[in-house]
Amino acid sequence: MNITENFRIALRALAANKLRSALTMLGIIIGVASVVALMAIGAGATAGITAQVQGIGSNLIIVMPGRLQQGPNRGGMQPAALYYSDYEALAKTLKDVNGVAPSYETQATVVFETRTRSAGVIGITTKYAELRHYDIEQGRFPTPAEQQSGARVAVVGVNVVRDLFGGLNPLGRTIKLNGVPFTVIGVLEEQGSGGFGSADDYVMVPLETGYDKLFGASAVEGGKRKVSNIVISVKDETAVDSVMAQIERTLRRQHKLAPGDEADFLVLSQTQLLDTLSQITAILTAFLGAIAAISLLVGGIGIMNIMLVSVTERTKEIGLRKAVGAKRGAILLQFLVETLVLSLLGGLLGIALGVGIAAAVTATGVITASVTAPSVALAFGFAAAVGVLFGLYPAWRAAQLRPIEALRYE
Amino acid sequence: MIEIESVTKVYQMGETEVRALNGVDVHIGQGEMTAIMGPSGSGKSTLLAIIGCLDVPTSGGYRLDGENVESMSDDELADIRSRKIGFVFQQFNLLPRATALENVTMPLTYAGVSGKERRARAEEALRKVGLSDRMHHRPNELSGGQQQRVAIARALVNDPAILLADEPTGALDSKTGTEIIRLFQTLHRDYGQTVIYVTHDPFIARHTQRIIRLADGQVISDDRVAEPLEAGAPRPSELALSGSLVVL
Repeated sequence: MNITENFRIALRALAANKLRSALTMLGIIIGVASVVALMAIGAGATAGITAQVQGIGSNLIIVMPGRLQQGPNRGGMQPAALYYSDYEALAKTLKDVNGVAPSYETQATVVFETRTRSAGVIGITTKYAELRHYDIEQGRFPTPAEQQSGARVAVVGVNVVRDLFGGLNPLGRTIKLNGVPFTVIGVLEEQGSGGFGSADDYVMVPLETGYDKLFGASAVEGGKRKVSNIVISVKDETAVDSVMAQIERTLRRQHKLAPGDEADFLVLSQTQLLDTLSQITAILTAFLGAIAAISLLVGGIGIMNIMLVSVTERTKEIGLRKAVGAKRGAILLQFLVETLVLSLLGGLLGIALGVGIAAAVTATGVITASVTAPSVALAFGFAAAVGVLFGLYPAWRAAQLRPIEALRYE
Repeated sequence: MIEIESVTKVYQMGETEVRALNGVDVHIGQGEMTAIMGPSGSGKSTLLAIIGCLDVPTSGGYRLDGENVESMSDDELADIRSRKIGFVFQQFNLLPRATALENVTMPLTYAGVSGKERRARAEEALRKVGLSDRMHHRPNELSGGQQQRVAIARALVNDPAILLADEPTGALDSKTGTEIIRLFQTLHRDYGQTVIYVTHDPFIARHTQRIIRLADGQVISDDRVAEPLEAGAPRPSELALSGSLVVL
């Protein structure tokens, strides 16, 4: 009896009981698919976050409110905040910079005619858009005159356009932000998915207009306008460190911090952001990896169970095959081929499903999931090994029995 | 030629030992048609399994055509089963999802018969048992008698010298049982097949030339049947059955 013969016997046996074969494969499919998909999402998220940070540019510094380290809570401390006056101080004092620009970010309900969605609203200046490399696809940014006069004009991200305008040309139309009408004058160039909160989901308005008509009381504290962050573009990459030191000094003075006090603001360069984020993504990846490992383990146990049961229940068949003259080797070869076919087919379907899930996740636009070869190899190898091992073991055990004992098995 | 000499078979059932065969001597010649009888637990099925190389004796000797079977390896036994023995079970033991033809072909794949020859021989075996028109039916599409005939065709397909059957009519009604016995008689008469079957029914046993009776793992009688019944003969009273034996 040759190998093709064995394949024919095995395939016939698999086809003879389609439900059992399908159930057996299901464990392998789910195990492999979950690992492939989860690892792809993890890798995609990491790559997306990294790319987004790198997209900021290596000469950009971002100042944000808050503390780098969570110190002991001291009574009477003001919650950390950045103010418009901080921006003005930085703009005045910093040297070797291309520009300094503030922004204020909040959440608003955006309404166009009957459609509603919530979106992040950023109050920006022309400079801010320039430093952050926001480009216009259609229309224009607010003019300096509009910036100063507090004109109710808005530039919207492509996702907002898609959700609200459904194919209509948005330019010149009126949307309401928290009930305040704004005229759409521009659409931002699509930035693509790749991390959290890309500008595609934002509406941008002139900062001045925002303070006057939109942001309300929460944007003001003790008569001072708050800002969400301040970006600084350094002329030369090598000057980043010295500019960061200047910012530190200026803001400590602005915030009246004593020399020993902890800073209540964050000054981050791209390098630092990358460091911080890579810690986060490492945790994320480890977390997803742990889930994947568990699902692989559960999948493996599933494969093990169904293989043990489905092969054990065929002890009688094995006895019969031996009774009509099958040698032990022939029986084992048949089951080896059967489990191989199941494992390989299940593994391939699992990979296909995993890749499909990854593609579906990518299609939602939140994360670009990227399937990695090691995760595919690991999942496939593990599932196939478990399948073959636990398919062969009961077959081997049954083949050891005298035919009469195997035939008597119920 | 089957030569069983002082064979014992001991099963371990938990703590207790069950002595299924306890010193059995049986010789059965080429071309004989024999029935093995006995109450349940007498060891008759165990004896048949040992004759059919489905099991091995705990002690004692078994020579088949001069070869010592009791010392053979598992694979050598498989080879003997493949070449010399056809076995028919009470419960047919057909593969439920395979057609009659596929069931009958199965032993040939393990005997190393080429693909083309296999089909011809399987068809021939099915023709012998009168199932040429049911070759592509699955077991659940066949009656009990037809299933047993598929099982007999499967036993015959390797042209074995010995055809063994364990209660072949046990799961069948009497009319169908008669057809199966007629088939055995035909195979025995026309093809010179050695036929041995186990039965607890004296009437079925009377269709053979020889009746070996077992009780408690030992042979208690071994009789020639003076006038074997023809299949289809009316079932006489139990008394008449037990009285019509000629002790040798």
